[in-house]
Amino acid sequence: MYFQVTPMISQFRFLLRLGLFALGLTGLARAELTVDITQGVEGAAPIAVVPFGQAGLAGENLAHIVATDLAGSGRFTPLAEAQMPERPVPPEGVNFPVWQSAGQEHVVIGRVVPGTGGAPHEAEFTLFDAIRGTSLLSERIPFKAADARHTAHRIADLIYQQLTGERGIFNTRIAYVTASGSGKSREYRLQIADADGEAAREVMSSPEPIMSPAWSPDGKRMAYVSFEDRTAAVFVQNLSTGERRKVSGTPGINGAPAWSPDGSTLALTLSKDGNPEIYTLDVASGSLRRITRDDAIDTEASWSPDGRSLVMTSDRGGKPQLYLVPAAGGEPQRLTYEGEYNARGVFSPDGRRLAMVHGGEGGYRIAWMDLGSRNLKVVSRGRLDESPAFAPNGHVIMYVRKDGGHEPLAMTSLDGQVQRTIPVRGGEVRGVAWSP
Amino acid sequence: MVKKLVLIGLLLAFAISGCSSRGGVDDESAGASASRRGPGRAGNGQSDGMGGRGGQPAGLGDLDSPAGPLSKRVIYFAYDSDEVLPEYQPVLTAHAEYLSLHAEQTAVLEGHADERGSSEYNVALSERRANSVERSLRLQGAGEGQLQVVSYGEEKPAVSGHEESSWQQNRRVEIVYPGH
Repeated sequence: MYFQVTPMISQFRFLLRLGLFALGLTGLARAELTVDITQGVEGAAPIAVVPFGQAGLAGENLAHIVATDLAGSGRFTPLAEAQMPERPVPPEGVNFPVWQSAGQEHVVIGRVVPGTGGAPHEAEFTLFDAIRGTSLLSERIPFKAADARHTAHRIADLIYQQLTGERGIFNTRIAYVTASGSGKSREYRLQIADADGEAAREVMSSPEPIMSPAWSPDGKRMAYVSFEDRTAAVFVQNLSTGERRKVSGTPGINGAPAWSPDGSTLALTLSKDGNPEIYTLDVASGSLRRITRDDAIDTEASWSPDGRSLVMTSDRGGKPQLYLVPAAGGEPQRLTYEGEYNARGVFSPDGRRLAMVHGGEGGYRIAWMDLGSRNLKVVSRGRLDESPAFAPNGHVIMYVRKDGGHEPLAMTSLDGQVQRTIPVRGGEVRGVAWSP
Repeated sequence: MVKKLVLIGLLLAFAISGCSSRGGVDDESAGASASRRGPGRAGNGQSDGMGGRGGQPAGLGDLDSPAGPLSKRVIYFAYDSDEVLPEYQPVLTAHAEYLSLHAEQTAVLEGHADERGSSEYNVALSERRANSVERSLRLQGAGEGQLQVVSYGEEKPAVSGHEESSWQQNRRVEIVYPGH
């Protein structure tokens, strides 16, 4: 909406800036972080995030974190620091004509000052419309040094929301399972990190597999599968207290937990009655309801945002495909026909799309389907991609790359043109979930 | 339909092989299956010598004898298949025989899949494989309470590579005797 230039010019300008941006980042950003944009992004918006004045705060400049966040969204192309015509720090003003000449439509300046209330620091920043020469947004955010990165993510969220009208996702979190070592020294760890992979912390670890982390809708609890008792069980863990409870430990498979939108119910895969079927479990009462009844595999349920339907993987037609089934039980309706393998369907937050693992000739890739048109779009390029997770604003999909040749965790824009890798420590990644 | 025919065929095959091993000379059938598993093993002279404990057929050996028929505990599967290949029937026959002779012995059947595709779907696929092995063992005399199936999917690969040569070693069911 902001940048109605023709696509060709937009791409050219974009690629030019990208090169400069990459150069500028080399010396500034952390080595493991890469934003890999292989094609021009139509309509990605030029923005300049000028380094903040932050003499009193050690560590990475908040502006770099903000710029990297914005670049990773695929919606913005931040200007490389070396290309900036000036570097004003508040209370200095902005010389708008020089930014206009540099092709910039928005400029952000800011600084960190001693906090006035209880917090030791305060970040103040202003977002300017460089064309009109007006201030669009100005905020002061108190914080302590340990929360510097979160503060930068909040600033990126505020800028993103101001300019796109959509919720920012930079101050959200992800959960994933890592596996390392082999044989007796094998270790599985369930970890939570910021959406950019930083500030990882361990939720739990085990010498036996941990699978399928799922955030409760309020972000306070996590359901996951653990084989710690040498058999599969589903646990629910309170993330602030660490307290946890086994909610399902029936004979056979206890897998694929998915929270209902109201947080009261878990959809699960259980094979206690002979083969994998979808059940719903009322978490408080423990009452269980069987949803599917078929000799085939039924698994990987995901709730529609209105709570009325579940999408699931079933091979009742011979090959794994996605089916929609009423959450109260009923006749499943097949959704996918393109390709021999479509699994792990997950609804976008607005319920209009389904992301999935799509198996084709090139391997297993992440795709999404528009539920209105039923068109499928492949958005990843790996050979062994899996575990799609929508960002809470629905505009980015995170997924796991298993082919060993790449960083294991990545995110992509919905058009597939912006691929960003997420740094992970602790071995190969086995599954990822995005916080609400 | 095709699936069902294959299943019926397998059941018949199990029934026949079960009859012949029980009805015939146990030492011979077990000995024959041991030698079929490869000259390297048969050549070390241990496979028959370690047997004979507690009145069981001499050729079966005990669980801890390194070269006995029971030392072979991994069944491999073709891509996207839960069918037990003919070459593994003698292995299952030996384990079924052992279990039927030792009613107190339990075994865990760990099902595994290669890493391709979605992890929870792979758990379900690996359960099918473990269930195939369980059916075969039970048809040949193992008791219901002796066997437990655990389906790990792609989570515990035997080999960590990302190509077919690794995947074929990861599509497997492991017969695990607790404590052995």
